[in-house]
Amino acid sequence: MGSLTVGYVVRRLGMFFLTVWLGTTLIFFIPRLAPGDPVAAMVSRMSAQSGTVANSAEMIASWRKRFGLDEPIMVQYLRYIYNASTFQLGPSLAHFPSNVQDMVARAFPWTLGLLGLATLMSFIAGNVVGALLAWRRTPGLARALLPATLTFTSIPPFMLGILLIYLFAFGLKWFPFSGAYGMGSQVQWSWSFIKDVIQHGTLPALAIVITTMGFWALGMRGMMVTTDGEDYMILAQAKGLHPSRVFWLYGVRNAILPQVTALALSLGALAGGAVIVEYIFTYPGMGYLLYDGIVNGDYTLIQGVVYFLIVGVALAVLIIDLIYPLLDPRITYQKK
Amino acid sequence: MSTVTIEQLAVPDKAARWNRWDSPWLNPKLIGGFLLVMFVVLLGVVGPLFWDITLARVASSPLNLPPVWVKDAPVFFPPPDPAHPLGTESNGRDILALLMAAAPGSLRVGLIAAGLGMAIGILLGFSAGFLGGWWDALVRTIADSVITIPSLAVLIVISSFVRQIDLNNMALLLALFAWPGPTRLIRAQVLSLRERGYVQMARLSGASTFDIMFKEMMPNLLPYLAASFTGNVSANILAATGLEALGLGPTRIPTLGMTIFYSIRAAAILRGMWWWWGFPILMLVIIFSGLFLIAVGLDEIANPRLRGVQA
Repeated sequence: MGSLTVGYVVRRLGMFFLTVWLGTTLIFFIPRLAPGDPVAAMVSRMSAQSGTVANSAEMIASWRKRFGLDEPIMVQYLRYIYNASTFQLGPSLAHFPSNVQDMVARAFPWTLGLLGLATLMSFIAGNVVGALLAWRRTPGLARALLPATLTFTSIPPFMLGILLIYLFAFGLKWFPFSGAYGMGSQVQWSWSFIKDVIQHGTLPALAIVITTMGFWALGMRGMMVTTDGEDYMILAQAKGLHPSRVFWLYGVRNAILPQVTALALSLGALAGGAVIVEYIFTYPGMGYLLYDGIVNGDYTLIQGVVYFLIVGVALAVLIIDLIYPLLDPRITYQKK
Repeated sequence: MSTVTIEQLAVPDKAARWNRWDSPWLNPKLIGGFLLVMFVVLLGVVGPLFWDITLARVASSPLNLPPVWVKDAPVFFPPPDPAHPLGTESNGRDILALLMAAAPGSLRVGLIAAGLGMAIGILLGFSAGFLGGWWDALVRTIADSVITIPSLAVLIVISSFVRQIDLNNMALLLALFAWPGPTRLIRAQVLSLRERGYVQMARLSGASTFDIMFKEMMPNLLPYLAASFTGNVSANILAATGLEALGLGPTRIPTLGMTIFYSIRAAAILRGMWWWWGFPILMLVIIFSGLFLIAVGLDEIANPRLRGVQA
């Protein structure tokens, strides 16, 4: 077992804060570079809905004051960074008395459960398939059937999601269309509720697993082909070790390391894909909250959700990075 | 016993290697993928010569027509009309015209964004790998950190503020997140190439840094670059389609993602109008599968060890 050196942990923590800072800064500045004023846009949308808005000039002025939009941009930025780092994301514009952080807190567990479980399943299944594809002793039948699991690799998860809804919810009626649990069921720790959640989560999770596992399988196949040529593999086989022992402890054990790095690097993209899957399935997680914000022009909600996604993904990457030296003890000794 | 000359041993099948049909660039995956992508390009370029793409406008056609070959559509759909072979949707657009008008746009966004990302990646990756030092540390740190930011979520923030956006601006936005992948890949390759004999040789013979980068190293990196570029085009089309499917893409011209957005908003899945979302998705699946096959084919050129491994 490797040990974590202080330098390594400090470097990783630095990366975590840098990532969160870069992400939050991007979502602060780039919308402000674009022409158009969100407050004016909001008022014009109100007047489009209800004909006229009384005292719209005063309204715009007071809102601008309320959100501090008249202050110099650096002051706005510093206050924004301060509020973000203390997780005060302000009130939602469309669901007024609710605070963004409370809405996010309700949605976050659903996304964590769906995306976390789906990613884990896809990572495990994909790597096993990939390793078997490269392994010379894989039985012929399995070798012939395994590539079928890669069919949907290049398709975006949300498109497969639409297809799954059409086939299994609309056509065969095996699974519900949308949501995370049935209408009227109580959110609680009971078997019937858990069964309900699993039934609702199956299709969205499948959409993510089937479309992403091929990525892991292809990467793993490449790594296993390389590992298979190593001297220690030949020695292990020559010693007469059981093939499954050679496969798991000598082959997969070594080939999996770059895959774990790849997992950390692709979490951001996976979260983006899951956002749209949730929207397709009306799954009450971060993705659907984001869509809710887009539809209602709720800018504080959109910014808040995205901020949490950035922090969440960065945190997951940090955790993987901190576990990594335990998997590969060489890493902390390397001089970078 | 026949005699074997030294030359024959050293170059076992010289004839076969120099057969021009034996080029690794002619592998079936690469060709198949290329044909799929060409199909979409041709549909967009040649299609409008045979079909009136102004039918992609709202209210240009009758509503809710199923495709011509559907005989058993539910009674609440009008009977199919040969004038609209792939059917129409609930805003009166012809699906075939929609596909022709929209499909090339998706490819274009992907190409522009990935092209920009690649250009930045080549610049940063080469300079970081070659120069090293503090510049390398800076580039590596920022690339590693940007790559873990959920780019689609950030793009959603940006485009929900901007609202009106055209295809080119969308491609520019996407390029903001398209550079770390190529940068990392190129830097890693340059680091490994830098110590190779022929690069050392070039350096010793006084070749300029620029010449070493672009005349010595670049040709050896081409398959890697091409594979990474194809993957990047695909990732950017995915991001663009995702934004459009959330209703955040260009609204003045038809796009495949926007068609999916309207179909979801109009509950086309529950109404059984599979042709509304099915054909745009089929189109995108053709694009993605084509690009994927090209990327895998190029990967086999870059890593000869993968050749012949099944799957």
